[in-house]
Amino acid sequence: MFRSIVPIAKNTFTDLVRQKVFNIILIFALCAIGSSLLMAKLTFQEEFQMLKDVCLGAMSIFTSLLAILATASFLPRDLEDRTIYTLLSKPVPRFAYLLGKLAGIILLLFLFTALMSAVFCAVLWFREQEVLRETMAQMQGAPAEELQAALAGVTNATFNINLLPGILIIFIKSALLASMTLLISTFATSSLFTVMIAAAVYFIGHLQATAREYWMQGMSSNVFTTTLAAGLALLFPDLQAFNLTDDVIAGAAISWNIFLQTFALGWLYVTVYFAVGAFIFSGREL
Amino acid sequence: MIRKVVAIILLAVFGAIRLPLEMKLDAEQKAAHLRKPVLNLDLRERVGQMGFLAALSGFRSPLAAMLWIEAHNAWEKTEWGRMAGLFDTVTILQPRSTLYWDMASWHMAYNASVAAREDKKQPSEMLRIRNEKQYIELGKHILENGIRNNPTSAFLYERLGVILRDKLNDHCGAGEAFLRASEQPNCPPYVSRFAGYEMAKCPDREREAYDLLLKLYNKGPEERKPSLVTTLQDLEKKLDIPEAQRITLPPQEEGH
Repeated sequence: MFRSIVPIAKNTFTDLVRQKVFNIILIFALCAIGSSLLMAKLTFQEEFQMLKDVCLGAMSIFTSLLAILATASFLPRDLEDRTIYTLLSKPVPRFAYLLGKLAGIILLLFLFTALMSAVFCAVLWFREQEVLRETMAQMQGAPAEELQAALAGVTNATFNINLLPGILIIFIKSALLASMTLLISTFATSSLFTVMIAAAVYFIGHLQATAREYWMQGMSSNVFTTTLAAGLALLFPDLQAFNLTDDVIAGAAISWNIFLQTFALGWLYVTVYFAVGAFIFSGREL
Repeated sequence: MIRKVVAIILLAVFGAIRLPLEMKLDAEQKAAHLRKPVLNLDLRERVGQMGFLAALSGFRSPLAAMLWIEAHNAWEKTEWGRMAGLFDTVTILQPRSTLYWDMASWHMAYNASVAAREDKKQPSEMLRIRNEKQYIELGKHILENGIRNNPTSAFLYERLGVILRDKLNDHCGAGEAFLRASEQPNCPPYVSRFAGYEMAKCPDREREAYDLLLKLYNKGPEERKPSLVTTLQDLEKKLDIPEAQRITLPPQEEGH
């Protein structure tokens, strides 16, 4: 079975690469370099904060978009060009086909996140070196202690070790979205329907925590609103749990415990959504 | 159809299983300041529908960055009122970013206040002074709000102390702010000295200032800065400290 998953994953990955999705990296690089040039008139603390805000925000937008749009097109396209019939007529279980597709997109999302992180780090590093050089030139006659403090101020404003778990959580969120979109596409009739439902789930998912609190704290005695809140809390993913970069940029630290729990929760969502998707797909008439 | 119903039931069961896990994680993330407070309708009016949607979808920081750049453009055009409104929105979006609180307060207490005092369009000096004070108070208010959102930020307490000292001449308030800053983690050592200097100028807190500065003095030559020694000697006279308990500088330090 593993033999059939790997080629499907490889094929999915290659297919997506051929669709030139990596051009988004180019847009991301332009975003990062452009914003760093645009913000050169701000103080270096402001500039680095903006650069991190814009780049991590763009990373989150691009990975989420790619996860939803690319995954939504798998099944309808394979049905349209009849590839799925050729594949499933061979001894390839339906869930292996789906798993191969999911593995391919997750691999692509990982590579995509890694490349965007590399561009982001490179832009930040170049700007940091520039600001360090300027600071050294401005403080030529200053005592060594003051110079060291000023240089440390620049370095502290740029790289923060907490950015790494923050970026990994952006990746896991995109994998969750891919798995969720795949689940939707197993019963959807078109890719447009899948994209629309996935987008709706994306927005509702960011409000799931509010609905959950509303339900659990018994804020309303109205049966309809309580049932609605319970339904939202039970059926939709809590996407706010994966939005940690905003506060990481602001200086908050992600402890190992929180990181591992968030990471594990993300994979749990991926696994369960895939399993439910495979269950629906196994009974679908093709 | 049956499969779809079973799938919904399975998702609901999964929801029930993960609920306690999510609530635990939610509490831990909130304790680590990794979850943002709930957005209100007031923000919806300020950032518009698209902005509010972006903030709801987890794009608070890029939205805050864009509004900050807009505020910077407003600064270049000296549109102080618009700047104040934008700063307010940015700090609601990113309340844990001390940089935004600090810069917003600095713009209001220093740049906007000076511009108001030197406003050529306002003939009445009294009104100019009143406007200047209002901007300084706004700068102070921004920092106080920032401290409420970041109660362990030594940096924001220090900035508040600076405004109270330099702009409002409130030495008692400044002393208290520097003292609170010095109690926070990662506070630079000079802030404790600032607390001592300001408390020394505050009636009824001279004894406290003396004790603090003496404690710093006894830490060693690193802390024995000229201002500290002079302030300590002034306090010794003011508090009538017995000669035997007064500080004695080694001959090489007398020159300070």
